[in-house]
Amino acid sequence: MSTATHDHAHGHSQDGGHAHDDHAHDHKPYGMMRWLGSTNHKDIGTMYLWFSFSMFLVGGVMALIIRAELFQPGLQIVRPEFFNSMTTYHGLIMVFGAIMPAFVGFANWLIPMQIGAPDMAFPRMNNLSFWLLPPAAMLLIAAQFAPGGGAGVGWTMYAPLTTQAGPAMDLTIFAVHILGMSSIMGSINIITTVLNMRAPGMTLMKMPLFCWTWLITAYLLVASMPVLAGAVTMTLTDRHFGTNFFNAAGGGDPVLYQHIFWFFGHPEVYIIAIPAFGVVSQVIPAFSRKPLFGYASMVYATASIAILSFMVWAHHMYTVGMPVETQLYFMYATTLIAIPTGVKVFNWVATMWKGSLTFETPMLFALGFLFLFSLGGFTGLVLSITPVDVQIHDTYYVVAHFHYVMVAGALFSAFAGIYFWLPKWTGRMYNETLGKWHFWLSLIFFNVTFFVQHFLGLAGMPRRVPDYALQFAEFNAISTIGAFGFGISQLLFLYVVVKCITGGEKAEQKQWEGADSLEWTHLPSPAPYHSFSTPPALK
Amino acid sequence: MIPVALKRINRQMCVRLSFFALLMFGFGYAMVPYYKKFCEVTGINNLLQRDTVVNTQVDKSRWVTLEFDANVHGMPWQFAPVQRSVRVHPGEMTQVAFDIKNNGNNTLVGQAIPSYGPKHSAAFVKKLECFCFKQQVLAAGESRQMPVQFVVDGSLPASVTTLTLSYTFFEVPAADKKVTSGSAG
Repeated sequence: MSTATHDHAHGHSQDGGHAHDDHAHDHKPYGMMRWLGSTNHKDIGTMYLWFSFSMFLVGGVMALIIRAELFQPGLQIVRPEFFNSMTTYHGLIMVFGAIMPAFVGFANWLIPMQIGAPDMAFPRMNNLSFWLLPPAAMLLIAAQFAPGGGAGVGWTMYAPLTTQAGPAMDLTIFAVHILGMSSIMGSINIITTVLNMRAPGMTLMKMPLFCWTWLITAYLLVASMPVLAGAVTMTLTDRHFGTNFFNAAGGGDPVLYQHIFWFFGHPEVYIIAIPAFGVVSQVIPAFSRKPLFGYASMVYATASIAILSFMVWAHHMYTVGMPVETQLYFMYATTLIAIPTGVKVFNWVATMWKGSLTFETPMLFALGFLFLFSLGGFTGLVLSITPVDVQIHDTYYVVAHFHYVMVAGALFSAFAGIYFWLPKWTGRMYNETLGKWHFWLSLIFFNVTFFVQHFLGLAGMPRRVPDYALQFAEFNAISTIGAFGFGISQLLFLYVVVKCITGGEKAEQKQWEGADSLEWTHLPSPAPYHSFSTPPALK
Repeated sequence: MIPVALKRINRQMCVRLSFFALLMFGFGYAMVPYYKKFCEVTGINNLLQRDTVVNTQVDKSRWVTLEFDANVHGMPWQFAPVQRSVRVHPGEMTQVAFDIKNNGNNTLVGQAIPSYGPKHSAAFVKKLECFCFKQQVLAAGESRQMPVQFVVDGSLPASVTTLTLSYTFFEVPAADKKVTSGSAG
C-alpha cells in the first residue's frame, strides 16, 4: 500500500470531510463486479445488511399474511396449508435470513475497525459466505412454488411431519445446509480475525464489548450449526435413502429429532441475542457519556450464557414425556441463565446511573431493547417452570415471549446499531426527527401486536393454527392492527436510511460525543474504503 | 497487506476450526446411538422390549378394562384384534390375540408400533410376549394369529379404569430389513 494510505489510516478529523472516492488508493472496482467479487469487509458488511433488510421485508409480508388471516375467526384469506407454510417460512427467513445476517453485517463492518485490523482474516471466504445467502433465500422462496406448496412443518422442522412433507421440504433442507455453511465460514472468519488480527496493544480485555460478544457468538455458531446440519441431513436420508433415524417403524424415534434440533436451537437463541447485547453495550455508554459499567463481568456473563445455552435444550420439550428428574434438571439449569442475564441488565442500568444522558434515536432503541428484552426474559423465566410450561406450551404466550426477545430484543438492537453507525458508514447524518418517529411507531405498534398475545396464550389459543375460538376475536383483531402498523413503520425506516445515504448532512468523525471505540477516535466519517492498513498506535 | 507469517497462523486456525465444525457434525450423529442407549438403560421408551414383572400379586379388588385397537399404515394388510376389549385385575396375567392377513400380491415385512392411552400408561402395561417384539414377514395371501401376553401393573393409579392399547403396522422399507426390532429407542 502507498504511503498515502498510511496517512489516511491515521488521518484524524482533518481528513473527515472528504468523500472516499477522492482518494487514489481507494481503488474499488465499479459496477456489478465490485459487489460480486468484493473482498472488502465494508462492502461485504453493506451487502449483508441490505440482504438482511430485503429478507426482513419478505418475512414481514409473510407475517402480515398470517396476521391478516387471524384478524377474524374462521378462514377468510388463505388456505390452511398455505397458512402453515407462511408460519414456517416466516420463522426460517426471519431467523436465518434477516436477524443473523444483520448482525454478521455489523461484525463485518465493525470488528476490523474496532480492533485496528486492515480487513477480515479471510477476505475471499468472507465473499463466499455472503454469496451463499442469496441462493439459500431463493430456495426458501422457490419452495412456495413446489408441487403441494411450501412445507408447513414449522420452522423447527419436526419429524415425522418433515419425513412426510412434499418436495418443498427438500428445497428447505438444502437451504438450511447452505445457510449453515455460510454461518460456519463467517464464524471461522470472525474468530480468526478477533484472535489473530488485533492491533498491537489491543488486548482481548481492551476490545469493545461488541467484538467480545461476536467472538463468543462465533464459537456458538461453529459448535451448533453443524448439529442442525446433521439433523436436517438425517431428515433428508430418512426421506429418500431408506434410513430410519426418526421413523418409529424402522426403529427410530421422532423425539430424537427434537433433542438434536434443540441442542442446536437453544444456542441459536443466544446466537441471535448475544451480538444484540454487544450493540447495546456500545450504544448505552456512548449516550451516557460514561464507560460501560462492569466490563469484565459483562464478558464473563456473556461467556456463561453461551456455555449454559448448551445445557438447557430440553426446556423446549417439557411435554414429550420426559421423566420428572430430567424435567427438574432442565428447569433448574434454565432458570440459572437468568443470573448472568440479570448481571448484564443491571450493568446497562448502572452504566446509565448518573450519566449525562441524551436520547437520540440509537439510545431510544437501546432503551426500548432494555425494557422489552427484559420483559421477554421474564416471560421466558415463566416458561422455564415446567408445570407452567405444560399449560402454555405451544400457545400464543410462547409466541409473545420469543417475539419480545427476537423483535424488541434483537431487531431493536439492530436498529439502534444502524442509527448509531450510519454516520460512520455513510459520512452522513440521518434525520433525527424521522428516526425518533420510527422508534416511537415501532415501539407502540410492537406492543399493540405482541402484548395482547400473552393474554391469548394464557387463555389457551394454540400457535400455528389458522382459525380460533370466538372468545379470542378481540385480542387477535388488536394484534393484527398492531402488526400492520409495525410493518408500515418499517417503510419509514427504509426512507430514513435512503434519505441519509443520498442527502443527509455531513457527519463528523466523532458524531457521538461519548463514543470511544477506534472507528470513532481514529477514522474519519465516512470510514475510508481501506482502513488501518498499518495498525493504529494504541496507548 | 497481511504478513505471510500471520497468514500461516490464520490458515492453521481455519483448519482447526473447520475440524471442530466437522466434529460437531459428527456429534449430531453420535447423539443417535447415545439416545437409544439412554432410553434403553433408563427404560424410558422400551415399547418394543419384553418387560419383566416383579410383583405378581393379583389385586382382586379392582377391575381394569383394556381396549384394543389395530391400524395399518399404508400397507395392504388386514389387521384386527380377536377381542375388542377385556376386563382384568391388576397383576393378572392375560393373553389376547390379533389376526393379520396380507391382502397384497407380494411378501411384505411389517413392524407393529404400540401406543397407549391415556398418555402415560405405557409404563403400567407390562408386555411379556408381543408380536411387536419382532418384524412380521407375510407372504402374499398369508394370514396369522399373533399373541400378546401382558400384566397390568398394580401401581396403576386408581383413577384409571380403562386403558387402550393400540398397534399400528408400518412397512419396513426393503432397504432396511436388517433393522433389529428389539432395540428401538
